[in-house]
Amino acid sequence: MTFLVRQISRTAEGREIIRPQSHDASEIIIGRDAACEIHLADLAVELRHASIKALDSGHIEIASLGGLGFEADGRIVTQIKINPAGGAELRFGSHILKIAREDGIVTITAERKGELSDNGSAQDEASLFTMRGLLPGRRISAWAFLILVLAAFLAWPIHSFYNYKKNERESAAFRADTFWSSGKLSTAHASLENNCKACHTEAFVAVKDSSCASCHTDVHNHADPKRLKIAKAPLEWDGKLLRDIGIQFNRPEGRCVECHTEHEGAGPMQATKQEFCTSCHATMDTRLIGTKLPNAGDFGTAHPQFTPLVATAAGLPPVMKRVSLDKKPTDDSGLKFPHAMHLSRTNGVARMAQRLGGKYDFGSSASDSALQCKDCHTKTADGVRFMPVTMESNCAMCHSLGLEKIGDTVRTLRHGDPRMVVADIRAFYRAGGPFRAKTQPMIEGRRRPGEFAVSRPYFAYFGSVNYGRADSAVRAVFSKGGACYDCHTIFTPPAGSDNWGVQAVHQSMRYMAKGWFDHNAHKTETCSSCHKAGQSNLATDLLLPGIATCRNCHGGEASRSDVPSSCAMCHSYHIGDGAPWVPSHREYPGRKKDPKQDKIAIRREE
Amino acid sequence: MATQIKAKAQPNAKAQPKAKAQQTSRIASDGRHEGYLRYASFRWLKITVILSLLLIASYFLVDIRPRHNGGSWYGYTLGSIGVLIILWLTMLGIRKRTMSNRHWSLKAWTSAHVYLGLSLIVIGTLHTGFQLGWNVHSLAYVLMMLVILSGIWGISVYATLPRVMSANRDQTTETQMLASLNSIDRQLHDAAQPLGQYYAELVQTSLRQNPFGGGIFSRLSNQYPRCKTRKAHAVFMEITGGSPQVGEDPVEKVNSLLGRKKAILARTRKHLQLKALLEIWLYVHVPLTFALIAALSAHIVSVFFYW
Repeated sequence: MTFLVRQISRTAEGREIIRPQSHDASEIIIGRDAACEIHLADLAVELRHASIKALDSGHIEIASLGGLGFEADGRIVTQIKINPAGGAELRFGSHILKIAREDGIVTITAERKGELSDNGSAQDEASLFTMRGLLPGRRISAWAFLILVLAAFLAWPIHSFYNYKKNERESAAFRADTFWSSGKLSTAHASLENNCKACHTEAFVAVKDSSCASCHTDVHNHADPKRLKIAKAPLEWDGKLLRDIGIQFNRPEGRCVECHTEHEGAGPMQATKQEFCTSCHATMDTRLIGTKLPNAGDFGTAHPQFTPLVATAAGLPPVMKRVSLDKKPTDDSGLKFPHAMHLSRTNGVARMAQRLGGKYDFGSSASDSALQCKDCHTKTADGVRFMPVTMESNCAMCHSLGLEKIGDTVRTLRHGDPRMVVADIRAFYRAGGPFRAKTQPMIEGRRRPGEFAVSRPYFAYFGSVNYGRADSAVRAVFSKGGACYDCHTIFTPPAGSDNWGVQAVHQSMRYMAKGWFDHNAHKTETCSSCHKAGQSNLATDLLLPGIATCRNCHGGEASRSDVPSSCAMCHSYHIGDGAPWVPSHREYPGRKKDPKQDKIAIRREE
Repeated sequence: MATQIKAKAQPNAKAQPKAKAQQTSRIASDGRHEGYLRYASFRWLKITVILSLLLIASYFLVDIRPRHNGGSWYGYTLGSIGVLIILWLTMLGIRKRTMSNRHWSLKAWTSAHVYLGLSLIVIGTLHTGFQLGWNVHSLAYVLMMLVILSGIWGISVYATLPRVMSANRDQTTETQMLASLNSIDRQLHDAAQPLGQYYAELVQTSLRQNPFGGGIFSRLSNQYPRCKTRKAHAVFMEITGGSPQVGEDPVEKVNSLLGRKKAILARTRKHLQLKALLEIWLYVHVPLTFALIAALSAHIVSVFFYW
C-alpha cells in the first residue's frame, strides 16, 4: 500500500510550499519524532502519536499509540476506521491531516493551522502596548457616563415632575426629582421632603407665595403694601443689580421664601437676619413721614427704650397708654399692694408666712418660709408669663374673708361682689343677733390688723369693737382697717345707702404686646435680677426692667454679647399674639389643626 | 504633551543658539527646557493662587444668611466662574488635536489647564458652602473632585514614570521586545521537539499562553500569578539543577531558553505596567469629565427648574 504524504508549509509571505513524499508500507506513524513518516513539529503531538494502517477492505485504521487521542471530524477518538475514498479530516495538535484517495493512492495532506505560540505578537503591536481591551475605551465610557448621568439625574426627575401623581398614598413614594433637593427641609416642612411639587409648582418659575399660603392660610401682611414700599430704604447699586438680575431670572422681590429660606438642613428653620428688618426700620422716619414707630436698629445700639402698655388710671375700662420706661410710668391696677412688705424677711408678713409655711409651702424651704414671688404669682401653662393674681388662690391663704365658723366650716364673705358682702353681713346680724366677741371665736385674739397674736389668718374685719349693729359692721368692712379697704379702692355711698363700690381691678399679663418675652427662656435668672419688687412700696410701681437690663446679656445680631439677638428673637414680621417665628397652629397647642391642611398642597391642583 | 514629557526627562538638554530663535517658547532664557508646569515663570500658578486667595477672602467677607450656599448671589457668581472654567478646561481635548502656531501655544494652554483646574478645588468647594448631600449637586462636586484628583495623579506620573520607563527599556523598542519574544518562542518550539510528551506539554503551555493576559489588574500591578513560563521554568530548573551542563541536552537548552523568555517577559511586562500607569488616569479623567458635564447640566437645569 502506498501512502502519499504532502506536508504543506508557508513562507513568511504566505506562499505555500508542498513537500510530497510516498511511503510504500502497510503502516506509517504520525509523531513529533523526526523518524516518523508523518513528522509534525508540534509540541502537542507525541513523539510517536498514532499509526495509520491499511486494511484489506481498502479502509485505513488510525490508532493512537500512546493513548493520547486525536480529533477525527471534530470528535476526539483514539482509534478510527476510515474509507479514504470518502475523505476525512484529522487533527493532531495544531496540525490538520486531510485524508483522501487519489488514483488509488491514499493521500494525507498535513498542514499547520494556527501559530506555534500565542505570545501576543499575533496581537496588533499598537494595541498590546496600550490599554485597549483591558478597559472600555475612553470614548465609549465617556458617552456611557454622559447618557447615564443625564438619564438618571435630568430626564428621570423631569419625567417624575410631569407625571406627578396626585394620589395621596403615593406622596410618601420615591420620586426622582428628590435627586434635585439641595438639602433637607426644616422640621416644620419635613413631611414635604418627598413632595417637591408641593412648593415648586411650575417648571422654571420661582416658588410663589401662593404655595405657602395654601397651607398657611392665616398669615397676613406685615403692613399696608403701599406703606411697606415707601418704608423700604433705597437700594444701593449692588442691591439694585441683584434685584434686576432676580427679576430677569423670574425671581420677583418680596416673596415669602426670601425670608423663610428652605433646604438649609434639618432642624428648626433659620431665623431671619436682622438686616431684613433694619433695612426699613433703622431709618424709617425719614421715609415714612408721620409714622408713630420710632426707628429701631441693632438691639444693642439702636433700639428705642421699651414702651409698655400701662393703665394710667384704673377703672372699667382702665385708661391704657403706651409710655416709655424712661418716663418712669406707673401702672394703676386698682389694687393696693406693697411688694416690699410682703417680701420682707423680718416683718409680720414673714412671721405669718412662717406659721402658715408648712400648710401652703411658702418660701424656698421648710426653714426659710419668708414669702417669695412664686407664692403668689402662678406661671401660665406654657411658662411664658404669669397668671393674674386672684384673691381665692393667691391671697386668701392669709387674707381670709371668714365671717363665722359653723362647725368646722368657715363661712366667708363673697369676694368680688360688694352687694353680697353687705347682704351677708346683714343676714348674719339678723340671724345671730348682736355680735359678741365671746361668741365669735373667729376673731378671738385678733384685734387689729398687724397684730398677729395667734396663728390664724386675717378675718373679715379686724376692728376690736363689738359691733352692735349691722350698719356699723358693714361700714367697718369697707373702711380703713376693714378687709376690703386694705387692698381695694372703695367708693363710699351716700349716707343711708348700702351701695358700696370697689374699684375694678385690671392686672396686665403682657405689657409689651409688640415684642415677645418668654419667662421660660430666662429660668437661669432670679425674679429680682430684673424686677425690683423688694423695694416697691406701691402697687402702682411698674416693675418692668428697661432695655439697659436686657442689654446686660442681649446685644445685636453680630455683637459679642452673651446672647446675640436679631430682631426675630422678640418680634414677629407677621404680627400676631404669639411667639415670633412659630406657626400659629403650634403657638396654641390646644387649637385643633385642620387635618386637611397637610393635604392642601397635594390637592391644590385637583 | 508627549514631546514635553520626553523633554522633561532630559531637563538639561542644551539648545543651540540658532535653534533658540525658533524655539523661544520651549527654552527658558537660561537655556533650560521649560515644561508646561513652569511655563512663563509659573504664570498660571500665580494667577491661580491669586484667584483662590481672593475668593477665599471674599468668602469670609461676604455675609450670606443663614449660611453660605450655592443659591446666594455669591454662590451663583462662584458657580458661574466654575462652570466657565470647567467648559474651557474641557476644550483642551479639542485644542490638542488642532495644530496651531498662533499665540496660544499648546504648552500655554496645558499650563493654564493644570493650574486653573486646581483652582476649581477652591471655587467648587466655596460654591458648595460646605453643604453636601445625596443629590445631583453634590454628585457634580464629587465628580469634579475625582477629575481633578485624576489629573493630579496624571501630572505626577508624567513627572516621574518616563525616567523609570526609559531605564527599564534600556534602549530597546517595543517592536524589538516583541521580536525577541517571538524569536525565543520559535527557538523553544524547535528545541522542545525531541522532548517527551510531559515536557513538551510544559513548553507548549508556555507557548500557548498569552503572557500579557490577566486583565487590568495584572497590567497595573505587574503581577502574573498564572504565568506558565515561570511554572515551566521552575520544573526544568528542578530537572536540570542536579545534573552537569551538557551542551547537547535538549532539556538544558529548553531550560536556558525558558530562563531567557522569563527575563524578556519581566522587562516587557514592566514596560506595559509603566505605560498603563501613564495612561490609566486618562481613562478616569476623560470619561469622568463627561459624567461631570452631564451632572453639571443636570445641576444647572434643576436649579432653574425648581427655581
